[in-house]
Amino acid sequence: MTATVERAASAPRVRRGGRGAWVGAGLAVVAVAVLGYLPLLTTRGTQVDLVGLFSLVVLGTMWNLLAGYGGMVSIGQQAYIGVGGYGLVYLASTVGVDPFLAVPVAAVVCALLAWPTSYLAFRLNGGYFAIGTWVIAEVVRLLVTQVDALGAGSGASLTGFAGIDPTYRIAYVYWLSLAIVVVVVGGVYLLMRSRLGLALTAIRDDPTAAGSLGVGVTRAKRVVYVAAAAGCGLAGAMIVANTLRVQPGSIFSVDYSAMMIFIVVIGGIGTIEGPIIGALVFYALQDSLADLGNWYLVVVGLVAIAVTLLAPKGLWGLTRGRVELFPTGHRVGSR
Amino acid sequence: MSWVNAVVQGILLGGLYALVAAGLSLVFGVMRIVNLAHGVLAVLAAFGAYVLGDALGLHPFLALLVVVPVMAAVGYGLQRGLLNRALGGGELAPLLVTFGLAIVLQNALLEAFSADSRRLDVGALGTASIRLGDGLTVGVFPLLAAVVGVLVIAAIGQFLARTATGRAMRATSDDRDAAALMGIDGRHLYGVATAIALGTVAIAGVFLGARSTFDPAAGGVTLIFAFEAVVIGGLGSLWGTLLGGVVLGVAQALGAAVDPAYGVLAGHLVFLVVLATRPRGLLPSAVTA
Amino acid sequence: MTPLLEVDDVDVSYGDVPALTGLTVTVAEGETLAVIGANGGGKSTLLKTVAGVLRPRRGDVRLDGESLAGVPAHRRVGRGIAMSPEGRRLFPSLSVEENLLVGAHSGRPGPWGLAAVYELFPLVAERRARPAANLSGGEQQAVAIGRALMANPRLLLLDEVSLGLAPVVVAQLYAALPRITAQGTTVLVVEQDVHQALAVADRVQCLLEGRTVLEGPAASVDMAALSAAYFGVTST
Repeated sequence: MTATVERAASAPRVRRGGRGAWVGAGLAVVAVAVLGYLPLLTTRGTQVDLVGLFSLVVLGTMWNLLAGYGGMVSIGQQAYIGVGGYGLVYLASTVGVDPFLAVPVAAVVCALLAWPTSYLAFRLNGGYFAIGTWVIAEVVRLLVTQVDALGAGSGASLTGFAGIDPTYRIAYVYWLSLAIVVVVVGGVYLLMRSRLGLALTAIRDDPTAAGSLGVGVTRAKRVVYVAAAAGCGLAGAMIVANTLRVQPGSIFSVDYSAMMIFIVVIGGIGTIEGPIIGALVFYALQDSLADLGNWYLVVVGLVAIAVTLLAPKGLWGLTRGRVELFPTGHRVGSR
Repeated sequence: MSWVNAVVQGILLGGLYALVAAGLSLVFGVMRIVNLAHGVLAVLAAFGAYVLGDALGLHPFLALLVVVPVMAAVGYGLQRGLLNRALGGGELAPLLVTFGLAIVLQNALLEAFSADSRRLDVGALGTASIRLGDGLTVGVFPLLAAVVGVLVIAAIGQFLARTATGRAMRATSDDRDAAALMGIDGRHLYGVATAIALGTVAIAGVFLGARSTFDPAAGGVTLIFAFEAVVIGGLGSLWGTLLGGVVLGVAQALGAAVDPAYGVLAGHLVFLVVLATRPRGLLPSAVTA
Repeated sequence: MTPLLEVDDVDVSYGDVPALTGLTVTVAEGETLAVIGANGGGKSTLLKTVAGVLRPRRGDVRLDGESLAGVPAHRRVGRGIAMSPEGRRLFPSLSVEENLLVGAHSGRPGPWGLAAVYELFPLVAERRARPAANLSGGEQQAVAIGRALMANPRLLLLDEVSLGLAPVVVAQLYAALPRITAQGTTVLVVEQDVHQALAVADRVQCLLEGRTVLEGPAASVDMAALSAAYFGVTST
């Protein structure tokens, strides 16, 4: 009884993280340092594979931003993956921009495209929003295949790296991709710790109440939608810089949405760590189930359904919040 | 006359789009979830009819007698076994589960039947046509498909308006907890709604599969066209959905008449224009159905 | 003789917040019990627990001696428990008549049907084709009671009939109650309007913070003791 009184008397302190956050920051620095050193130790093939993994991390993180934090289930992010990829090719090969500069510019193009698009997409809710985003992706795909300058239906090659020795090129693309992962994951982390993150949490818990308290629900969602488009554009540019080819049928494929969803669901929706773990798991599954052909998507799909129903917080949720390497929430404690 | 022809073809195609959409709308109206596997399930039904034709030599129309009840049973089981559980898991869970299901089914079909395009053979009916005037002929089969589409939609409308189960469905759609206090078992009723949705989408899938080709990946566009029909027509109105299907079908046919590559794109653009200018659709309705 | 309804030493809580604590309520066949009490006393929670919307943490609810544990709300209607819920909860997109027909979903036989309900509430008969959303509050309450009667219940649960209604309208609605009980229907009514409750009930039970603080025959209740119990003033 006395303890309660004392606790109530002292002003509560709002804190975030604690020891876990320092461990998380330390681990992140070490991981990035080790990964950054890798090109000096590994083969080109390994680096190309790792860039593939990095793109999965970025895609998962972006889909988690949309659905886990913004409450928007999109199955049309391939629109921005494609625009990012095509943007890189067009800027680098046709306009002549330096490819490493073209990557962020392509992401900006995605953001500029996503802003007006959001006004259309936000007229739909829930499941209809999901299909609406897919229609938008299909429209972008169909329009791109009509443009001869982009190679129409057969796609185009990235020629901007022509002067660079492949060993250096692959290492540069690897470092660029690693930098993108750091920017995207760190950006989402900072975004979620900002006022906007607080607003998004309020919206997720109770949109009506948040709206009536003056939280700009639509504005917050629009910022998330545009940021996720830019991030997916970076991932698309990364994928094309890695493979040097872009084809409308594959870069605009809804399979990307499937991957993003599976990564986030399996890893743990609504956390920073979840998509990273999900991307690692998905990458490992993709690798080990490669012989199964399309059965691997059947297996991964069944796993995702099972996780949604049985362990909706995903693999990271199995830690039951005991470990929080990237704490975004606030806690009220007494000391 | 080719323009008139395109419009007529589009109207007939719209009847089938509306039939796919009717099931999507029904499930959304009753339980507020969008089944993202709806399109793939139509394709599954078409493959079912294909297998029956291949193995037993059944005409697609006879195959319907098997495929429709089987799909309805699958729908009931799917709802009771999977989707009712997902409904308890918040707003995202039903979308994640149905999208996962769509990917699982599509890739399983791909492994079982390869990516080859197929078509259901309806025999002489497939080539028969009626001459309506100078240069204007209407295929008997597309006409029949459209008529079946309209009849099934009308039957769903009558079911909801006149039967005790339909009434219970509308009551549950309004207020599930209050409906439970009237003795209505929401879980069973949701099962019935999904059974009807899959039974009708099976009819649509078989007719679509006989009208043109299909492959395991066709579920995506099937879902998209149904969704566009729903939004163009106005959420929650069965007759609006029929109108939406017709508008979409005509837009696609006219686009394709300009250039075959523009058909689908023209449909999407009409959808986006309606979304931008009349977000509640052409025939908005306050009543959920 | 076994009472029709026995709520036996029941605990119900919302999360960690207790709503009913060791509450016991019994209603004999044919009896009308009014449960009264201040807001938050647990009256509506009691009805929801009897109807099967809430599950007790401890204790048992029995109908005619048979435990209802594990029987979901929709099955309890078939056993003869029907409720007119707080706030009416009509189905707004259905017509008045359709609302009544939904009430008969369980198919229990008995004296109540469309004709009998229309005779009981002639105003409802006049509005039969209208959407339920277009009715006045009093009309909606009449439909809600009629809808519950359509299930031909042995036990009728009425939650806050008077809520938001003018006293004249409330009096009209309660005037129908003797004709309902005349059919042998047992009634458990939750009411904020103490005078109205005392006028219609055989017995009255007052709840405060989820416990019974006073109970007795409606005819001989001591108003001073009742108001003390109602507001939680200890009279000793």
